[in-house]
Amino acid sequence: MDAQGPLSDEGLVQLLTHTGERVEHDTYSAYAADLTADDLRAFWRDMTLVRAFDDEATSLQRQGELGLWVQSWGQEAAQIGSGHVLRGDDFAFPSYREHGVAFTRDVDLPSILKIFRGLEHGAWVPSEHNFHLYTLVIGAHTLHATGYAMGLDRDGLTGTGDPDRDSAVICYFGDGATSQGDVAEALTFASVNNAPVVFFCQNNQFAISESTTRQSKVALADRGKGVGIPSVRVDGNDVIASYAVTQWAMQHARSGQGPVFVEAFTYRMGAHTTSDDPTRYRSKADEEYWAERDPISRLRTHLEAIGELSEEYQAEVAAAAKALAARTREAVRSWVRPPVLDMFDHVYAEPHATVEAERAWFERYDNSFTEAGAH
Amino acid sequence: MTDTSPSTMTMASAINAGLRAAMERDPKVLLMGEDIGALGGVFRVTDGLHKDFGESRVMDTPLAESGIVGTAIGLAMRDYRSVIEIQFDGFIFPAYDQITTQLAKMHYRSRGNITLPIVIRVPFAGGIGAVEHHSESPEALFAHTAGLRIVSPASPQDAYDMIQQAIACPDPVLFMEPKARYWDKGEVDTSLVLDKLSDADATAALGRARVARTGEDVTLVAYGPTMRIALQAADVAASEGTSVEVIDLRSLSPLDSATVIRSAKKTGRAVVVHEAPTAYGAGAELSARITEEAFFHMEAPVLRVGGFHTPYPASKFEHDYLPSLDRVLDAIDRVMTH
Repeated sequence: MDAQGPLSDEGLVQLLTHTGERVEHDTYSAYAADLTADDLRAFWRDMTLVRAFDDEATSLQRQGELGLWVQSWGQEAAQIGSGHVLRGDDFAFPSYREHGVAFTRDVDLPSILKIFRGLEHGAWVPSEHNFHLYTLVIGAHTLHATGYAMGLDRDGLTGTGDPDRDSAVICYFGDGATSQGDVAEALTFASVNNAPVVFFCQNNQFAISESTTRQSKVALADRGKGVGIPSVRVDGNDVIASYAVTQWAMQHARSGQGPVFVEAFTYRMGAHTTSDDPTRYRSKADEEYWAERDPISRLRTHLEAIGELSEEYQAEVAAAAKALAARTREAVRSWVRPPVLDMFDHVYAEPHATVEAERAWFERYDNSFTEAGAH
Repeated sequence: MTDTSPSTMTMASAINAGLRAAMERDPKVLLMGEDIGALGGVFRVTDGLHKDFGESRVMDTPLAESGIVGTAIGLAMRDYRSVIEIQFDGFIFPAYDQITTQLAKMHYRSRGNITLPIVIRVPFAGGIGAVEHHSESPEALFAHTAGLRIVSPASPQDAYDMIQQAIACPDPVLFMEPKARYWDKGEVDTSLVLDKLSDADATAALGRARVARTGEDVTLVAYGPTMRIALQAADVAASEGTSVEVIDLRSLSPLDSATVIRSAKKTGRAVVVHEAPTAYGAGAELSARITEEAFFHMEAPVLRVGGFHTPYPASKFEHDYLPSLDRVLDAIDRVMTH
């Protein structure tokens, strides 16, 4: 591909080629130096499990068990690679396709589907995972991430001089989000406040049907440069490079040097959601080109080439993937809607007369059917 | 030690004193906004606070309202209580998305796991001869959104108390300041000590309407900027033999229906007056509630006096656009003679 502008591969940091060969980079190899064969196998396992979950969720949607599903197909390397850099005290703000990052933050994957089965708007407790709820208003959470980072800084939890104590924020968003005013404002606020936040943009080349060329004439990473934020482009289908670049970025932010913009160049192999039809706006040839660059098979080829992926281990992971899919299916089918009055809970932290009155009215109304039926 | 003996203050200095008291009480209280630092805000409401608390507590932000509200949300997730100043009513709209889709819903969508105790101060309403976008009354646009509390003080005393109650409240509060009343003076007792008042008590107090004047014939409901004209109308009507009960709503969300309904049942007539356009406004909501809950006590339809369904006009027209004493008296006459 010799695409231009925001789809070019110019300047992409790569440590693993699409044919699975390990290559070096003057700056970023050092940030992957700590990765052992065990780590790489764990990356491969995690990406495989997340995709198995993703596939199962797609099936459940097709079977009518979920209203909608948002696949992360193809973006596993960017998510697992960056997610593995995060430490317990770091805080991640996802968009809504970050199932891989959720997995690295110990969110139980099946629980995500409560959102897509229409049971909850947020299916985990953010403070238990240092992983915020999914945000569906594109780019809105980049400001929350920036504010949270400003808070970390105020609390003296960044740039302490002890790298083990420092923490920072990472915020995930997509190519479409870069056109949102909130993202521009987040970059500005982060820059002038020197906030410890890494803006992690997954350029998956599509905002539903619109090519990234509809969002920008230049590389998305250039958005950071304009406000004085160091910016890097990384091959987002290369889990090792995604890890290395994020490692550098998080260290930069944690140590008090301010925000970083990372553009992970990847490809949304699936549809935008299960309601989408990519055949209307992209070619089979394009999909095939990117299938050859699949992040999971790329790492698998590498691990096999260096003799670090035994058949036994592969069988183990295949069994774990199957078990995860089965557990996902069972969990989804076991969920029942909570009591209807839960609809009125938590609108406010303190009682609000309108909500109280409407809840009381609805309860009487609802009970009137039960009482009528009893007679 | 803060001097707590009653003194005469303008509404602007009463808010200032309330902010100061809240900041002294709780180091997590931050002020955010445009020109609120060295300048003290375009209305000088934050005067002196930057000097006394420093720029880490009184932050001049980038000129981006959505960014101010959005970053305040993130700061709240680290337990900071931001008090935001939106410079003028007409400039709140860049933040409308953050306020309605994010700030208002976070507690609900997190099942109560995230509270966002953020106060958004908005100098609002007209009557000061300003240019476009500087005289608007957008409160109904926010009152329609679940998850927000909307309040408006009408006196220096309420301004002093309510700003502190709003800051203590764990929910997001839009604090609508009637800018034409900033320089009105009143006696302020600064003895409100919130340390002894729980967040729950402060929140409950914030949501209560006040019967500002008792009467027998007509209930006149107002809040914030129109309270002065409501009280004047009551005086004039009294001299003409009509006894008007004036209710200062103080809060639009929640709406203290009980106080309004009690009064409407007593008088059998009600007029609502606000600067915001009457169509789909707070008066429409009040009229509906009175109809639903006090229908058989009413002698006349509820009437509304307010702005028109036009953009806020150029200032030479505002005298006729805004509810005037004559228009309020006209409405009182109409409900009396119905």
